[in-house]
Parts: sequence; C-alpha cells; structure tokens
Amino acid sequence: MTKRIILPLQNAAELKAGEEVLLCGELIGARDQAHQRMLALLNSGRELPFSLAGAVIYYVGPAPTPPGKVIGSAGPTTAGRMDVFTPALLDAGLKGMVGKGNRSLEVVEAMRRNVAVYFYASGGCGALYAQCIKRAEPIAFTDLGPEAVFRLVVEDFPVIVAIDSQGRSVFA
Amino acid sequence: MISSEVVYQEVYKAVQAMNVSLPVDVAGRLKAAQQQAEGPAQAVLGQINENLLIAAREGIPFCQDTGMVWVHVSLGEEVQIRGLKETISRAVADAYREGYFRSSVVEDPLRERKNTGTNLPAVFHFDIVPGRTLEIYILAKGFGSENCSRVFMLKPTQGREAVIDSVCAVMKEARGVPCPPVVLGVGIGGTFDYAALLSKRALTRALDHPHPCPYYAQLESDLLEAVNALGIGPGGLGGGCTALAVKVESFSTHIAGLPVAVTVNCWADRRAKVLLSEI
Ligand code: SF4
Repeated sequence: MTKRIILPLQNAAELKAGEEVLLCGELIGARDQAHQRMLALLNSGRELPFSLAGAVIYYVGPAPTPPGKVIGSAGPTTAGRMDVFTPALLDAGLKGMVGKGNRSLEVVEAMRRNVAVYFYASGGCGALYAQCIKRAEPIAFTDLGPEAVFRLVVEDFPVIVAIDSQGRSVFA
Repeated sequence: MISSEVVYQEVYKAVQAMNVSLPVDVAGRLKAAQQQAEGPAQAVLGQINENLLIAAREGIPFCQDTGMVWVHVSLGEEVQIRGLKETISRAVADAYREGYFRSSVVEDPLRERKNTGTNLPAVFHFDIVPGRTLEIYILAKGFGSENCSRVFMLKPTQGREAVIDSVCAVMKEARGVPCPPVVLGVGIGGTFDYAALLSKRALTRALDHPHPCPYYAQLESDLLEAVNALGIGPGGLGGGCTALAVKVESFSTHIAGLPVAVTVNCWADRRAKVLLSEI
C-alpha cells in the first residue's frame, strides 16, 4: 500500500527521499509569472492573497479544459526555473513543492532550514495527473490566465519524495 | 494535382493523433523499459505508461506541453499543389483548438511574448525532390526537452569519439529536465544550421529503423549504450534507461569542420508522417 499524505503538509520531517506517496487535499498550482509576483509581494512586506502555511505548490501550466472535465492535461513543469523564488517562499511557510527536475543548492538549503520536501511528479504525465485533480479554481493573479494561482483539490496524486527535509536526494 | 482538402484532412488527423497517443514503437519501448526497471525508475515508467492509457481513453493530450509544431516537407517536383504551407498551418491550428491542446507559441521571442493563441506559426522546412510524391514529416516539440538541445563545432580531426562525448555531455547537463527516457536526434556534418536540421530529421525516423548505413547504425547503437551508461534514468531518478533510442543523420561537410547537433526529445516523442501521391 502506498502511503497517503494529507495536505496541508504536517509531517514533512517523516518523509524520506525515494518514498512513493499519494497526495490528498489541496495543492496550490503556480508557475513562473505567479512566482515572480509572490516574491515581489513578500519583498515589499505585503501579505500574499493566500496562505503559504503548510502549503504545497505544484509547478503546473495545464492545457485548456475540455468540456465536462475539471482541468486539461496537467503535468509538472521544470522546477529549476522557480529556484530563484523558492527560498523566500519556504521562509514564508511553504512546506512542499511538486515538479520535475532537480533543485539548486540554495533551495535544498532552504528546505533543510524550514523542514520542507520536494516531490517528483513524472514529467509529461499530464493525463494521469489531470485525473487526480477533482477541483480547480483560480484564487489569485487571475489576470495571468493559465499562469494564475490555482487551488487544486487532489486525490491520490502519485509522487516520489525526491529531496527530503534533510537534503537527501534521489536524483542520479 | 493533390487537393489541398486531402492535405488538410490528413495533416489534421495526424496532428490530433500525435498528441493523444505515441507511435507504437515508442510506446513499445516504454513498456519494455518498465519491465526491466526497478525502484523509482520503475515507478516513473509505470506512471508514464499509465498516463498513456488514460490519455488514449479520455482522448486528451498525454502531456500538457503539446509543443511547437515542426514540419519538414519533401515535395516531388512533378506534384502540383496550391497553398501548401497555408493548408498545413490551418490544419495545425484547427487540430490544436479542437483537441484542447495547449497553445504554446509566442508571437515575438523578445517583445511582450504574447501567445498567438493558435499554436502557429509552425516551423517549416522544404525540400524539392524528383518524383510525384508529397511527404510531410511532423514533430510536436516540447520545450522542456528542446531547451536541452545543443550544437557543437568540433575539430575535423576529433572524430567519432568526440561525437559520442558531445552527445553524452548534452545529457550530463540536461539530467532529468528533458523528461527521460529521451529520444536523441543527432545531426553530423553540413554547416552549423544544417547539422541542427539533420538532428531534427533524425527524429522523424521510426525507432525500429536503424540508419541504413552499417557504420552509422553502429554509431547509433554505441551512442545509445554510452548515454544509458550515464545512469541518469527515467525522470533523472537513476537507472539504466536514460534514452529509448538515438537516431543519427549525416551529411558531407567542410575540410575544416565537424558540426554535431543534438536535438533532445522527451519520452513524448511525437512524430507523424503524411504521404500523398499524384495520381
Ligand atoms: S519535456 Fe516533453 S514530456 Fe516533459 S513536459 Fe515537456 S513536452 Fe512533456
């Protein structure tokens, strides 16, 4: 039985690199432009329009939603592009990230400092992940269209703990 | 005369299908790879294969990055056809819109980067050949992998070993980013730009068709072995399956040079072919 993890993330410290887990609950969908805005808000000492406490961000830019579906194809995008923004978000309470590809040393350091994890979602598996998303609604920066921040309610969303809170990594 | 309507229909069908299901040879290699893998590599391949089943069942694209469309037209000089480029473009735009594929093309690479909303323009290459057939080769190129592609201008005396080292260097830099297991297109010879074009053309060949020349067929299998020995593995999580195939195309070159281009393609190795003949 694969372990189920209920979000927001409570037990980041217990997760070990290499473990396969199923995420259930709320993910925050955000990518490049939204990250730039979040950082700008934090840098100017303002509040974000949503809470980062215990939050897990999914780096995603979905395909258009076909009629009758919750969301279009929605696989992970490359996490590395978010590396410059991530340490500040971790310091502001972010507990986890879901994406593809490795992270920078600065991100791993910030993850250790804040006891956070990075989950690997299988790159390109847009149809698989779309099926696990039960609800999707834009919650901030809606002017960015597909790059807005989304609240995604997921069920049994399969990922692998890629980098754990002690900095151990599964990347070869 | 080949009618534009037929071209439109065939290209439309091909483009729609290519984002929803993979060519059988690619799908077959992914299944075989899963059986041989273990640990995280097996989990990743299992998810890729499950993802392919869901996409086919639901009729949705298997990857949300449905790519920028690349088209290579090989036009027989006896073929009469009108508005070929416009017809292909229209078929691409309609297939993307009606298939709910993501439009991923921006109008200007520097200014504003406004999405064109149609996934056009596509990138076109034309070749005029003898005969009465029209061949259209199509790729839908994802950019997670495309961003990892490289061109090297090697010294003419560096030879075969340096080609292998260059291809490995590309993957060592790319690691998990291009969604391995990858398919690599390698172009050797020509000029700087032509090598890059050859590397794309290499990707239009079926994985089960080795290069027709035994020397290059051997190079393809040596390259595959060298890349898989890097241990990057599916998703970059380690393992022996970093590439599903390496395809090579070569061309004459200048006495002073040895251009080598590597196009990195992901497991979402979307290729299609439309063949039509003048009756
Ligand atoms: S690299 Fe390929 S498989 Fe991965 S997200 Fe991009 S298009 Fe999809």
